[in-house]
Amino acid sequence: MPKSNITNYSAKIESALVYTRRSRFERFWIELRKAPLTAWIGMITVSLYIFVALFAPFIAPYGEAEVFPVPYDVWSDKHIFGTDQIGRDIYTRLIYGARNTIGIAVATTFLAFLIGGFLGLLATILRGWVDQILSRLVDVLMAIPGLIFSLVLLSVFGSTITSLIIIIGTLESTRIFRLTRSVGLNVVVMEFVEAAQLRGESLRWIITKEILPNIVPPLAAEFGLRFCFIFLLISSLSFLGVGIQPPTADWGSMVRENASLIQFAKFDIFVAITPLLPAASIAILTVAVNFIVDWFLHTSSGLKDEK
Amino acid sequence: MRNKKNNKVLLEMKDIKIEGFADEKWHKIIKGISLTLSRGQVMGLIGESGAGKSTLGLAAMGFTRPGCKFTGGKVVFDGKNLTDMPENQRREYWGTRITYIAQSAAAAFNPAHQLIHQVIESTVRSKQKNKRDAQNDAVSLFESLQLPNSSEIGNRFPHQVSGGQLQRVMTAMAMSPRPDLIVFDEPTTALDVTTQVEVLAAMREVVKTFNTAAIYITHDLSVVAQMADTIKVLRFGEEIEEAETRKMLKSPKQEYTKTLWSVRSIQKPEIKSKNIILEMSGIDAFYGNFHVLKNVNIKLSYGRTLAIVGESGSGKSTMARVITGLLAPRNGSVKFKDKVLPAKLKNRTKDQLQKIQMIYQMADVAMNPKQTVFDIIGRPASFFTGITGKKLENRVIELLNQIDLDESFIDRYPSELSGGQKQRVCIARALAAKPEVIICDEVTSALDQIVQEGILKLLLRLQNDLNLSYIFITHDIATVKAISDEVVVMNEGEVVEQGLKSKIFSPPHPDYTKLLLSSVPEMDPDWLTNLLKKRA
Repeated sequence: MPKSNITNYSAKIESALVYTRRSRFERFWIELRKAPLTAWIGMITVSLYIFVALFAPFIAPYGEAEVFPVPYDVWSDKHIFGTDQIGRDIYTRLIYGARNTIGIAVATTFLAFLIGGFLGLLATILRGWVDQILSRLVDVLMAIPGLIFSLVLLSVFGSTITSLIIIIGTLESTRIFRLTRSVGLNVVVMEFVEAAQLRGESLRWIITKEILPNIVPPLAAEFGLRFCFIFLLISSLSFLGVGIQPPTADWGSMVRENASLIQFAKFDIFVAITPLLPAASIAILTVAVNFIVDWFLHTSSGLKDEK
Repeated sequence: MRNKKNNKVLLEMKDIKIEGFADEKWHKIIKGISLTLSRGQVMGLIGESGAGKSTLGLAAMGFTRPGCKFTGGKVVFDGKNLTDMPENQRREYWGTRITYIAQSAAAAFNPAHQLIHQVIESTVRSKQKNKRDAQNDAVSLFESLQLPNSSEIGNRFPHQVSGGQLQRVMTAMAMSPRPDLIVFDEPTTALDVTTQVEVLAAMREVVKTFNTAAIYITHDLSVVAQMADTIKVLRFGEEIEEAETRKMLKSPKQEYTKTLWSVRSIQKPEIKSKNIILEMSGIDAFYGNFHVLKNVNIKLSYGRTLAIVGESGSGKSTMARVITGLLAPRNGSVKFKDKVLPAKLKNRTKDQLQKIQMIYQMADVAMNPKQTVFDIIGRPASFFTGITGKKLENRVIELLNQIDLDESFIDRYPSELSGGQKQRVCIARALAAKPEVIICDEVTSALDQIVQEGILKLLLRLQNDLNLSYIFITHDIATVKAISDEVVVMNEGEVVEQGLKSKIFSPPHPDYTKLLLSSVPEMDPDWLTNLLKKRA
């Protein structure tokens, strides 16, 4: 029989879970090494996009709105993907498009999270009539089809980049509101929040120190997904002509402007592919972001692989 | 003892070793334990949390939790080696020949289905009986488990029956396929004492009737004394000792077992009251239209402990909510040092908030998992006393020393603390505000007995050193005996009895107090049998 060397009880030696202390970076590195192939593909693709977006002026051979004499030019050494309807270099505009489309989508997503997250937390903590008013307002906004509503608002306020960001950000914040409110409600009933309330802590402390750190994982995952939807929405608005306005390069409007080239497929297959290039850029980025989100959701949900 | 007409060996576990994966490493959970069980034999597994009781119980089924694996030994059930066979063959045994009863029946039932369908599911699926026979059999099981309306109760949904009833329905579910072995994993830990007695009696009866072998896992010695033929004591994944129940209770061999036995020995001499620090008078409180507290009057004296005893739903915790201002009463007032406290939390001054602090039952959810011990203790210290920087750090270290921990704990997160350490940090958080009254809401109920003792001793010492007054809410009579000066017995929102400890614990008792006191299990294996005889 194994020996037992227990004589005196001491609180210090009670066995807790055996954890090694690791810095945030070390923990991140461990997760990274276990990341599946899809996550790697996603991460590499997204970093490429970010690189292109950041260094667009250095990578692009020409200026964003520089016009060349031949419109609808074929693929050549001078213009890798040809030129568009008024003779701008398509390759250059694809590169600048990354900067504009992604930049605006990221800004919009941030705005949506700022509004939705803040109001959602407010509703969770205050409950009562604040929650009722906010929630019903959100219900009303969500009841109207998003694309149509944004079309209406954009034609009222005009298609500037600022109004685009504010309108889409506000409309999309309804979904963030709902998510924040539901995950926040699970945290707000915990006794540590009650303890903070009993201490007389301010609303700001309770939001930023007690609740927010505990709901970051689901919100971060939602950020990735929401970014994709907003990105697609902006592209479709641009395709419809009310999104980002020329001469600013953007993938959605590039698809629309060059769409007619598809009918030339029987003469020059490459020219016909041209309008699909910006569409493909949109598709690939969306898939890549989703790869990362999937991986993130899997690790943050704490599921263990059964083996 | 039990009838042992069939002494054949049913289960044999040889040198079981199990490892679990956590924090990028494999850790040994079970370090080589052997166990033999004959048909009809009941074995109790006891030990503190982390001893490997549940892991061993599950291993008896040839099962390990996700993230765990067998690294040695074998489990032979009725002549078949469970550890060797593929999982789909093992499944044939689970739910039919070996069944499992979990601690929380509420979590084990699907809330969307009626009870009867869940009770007979595995019996019907394994084609032992057809649906009609299985249902009739289930009703007769309900009857022998003394469930009310045995013919109808199966048609209810899980939320429509009480916790004790649900636990018995779960026993019926486990018995339905007439298994050879049942694993009980702390089946009564979540129940009130008065309910626990009924459930224990019912379980013991069916196990005996069908000559089923059982493994009974618990950390409560007096419960295992009623149920088991033999007891095995575990610690840190190793076996400390095993013996026949009466022998084990009378003369434990190992030092560790002796400490387990002697835990419930603290007794605080009661001191008569002097001046009143906190008083509730004429309190009526409601949740919606539900009358939770009915004209409650209690008094707490300086430097004393007032214990509030009662079952769940008796309004104990609601009293704490009224005192702290979380729930405004409809009538009555709370006075602190002869001044009436505002009924609502937001109308109270910082000073009033500071003087009354609270400690919760579940230390896990009472601490923000994203804050370190320093943040958790330091925040109330700086919030109420305004200290910062080096002074704050010294104060936190001082508080850690007061609760028998040291500065090495300062940057740990709650997940890196044991259950007892967590509760100690919660105590330090309450102390940090320099309070005069601390409300302890079931602070020891979720802890093992040895740890409980440590916490109670700490609370008594702090009371002495800092002249604190406690309101101690609990359902555990042993804890009341250990810590209180005065006692209030609550039932259904009313005060049944109140007074000095010596008065409450000596006859004559009101009916409810009598029921409550007689339901507390004792370390005598005949206690349950005698009690049932007496009550009948």
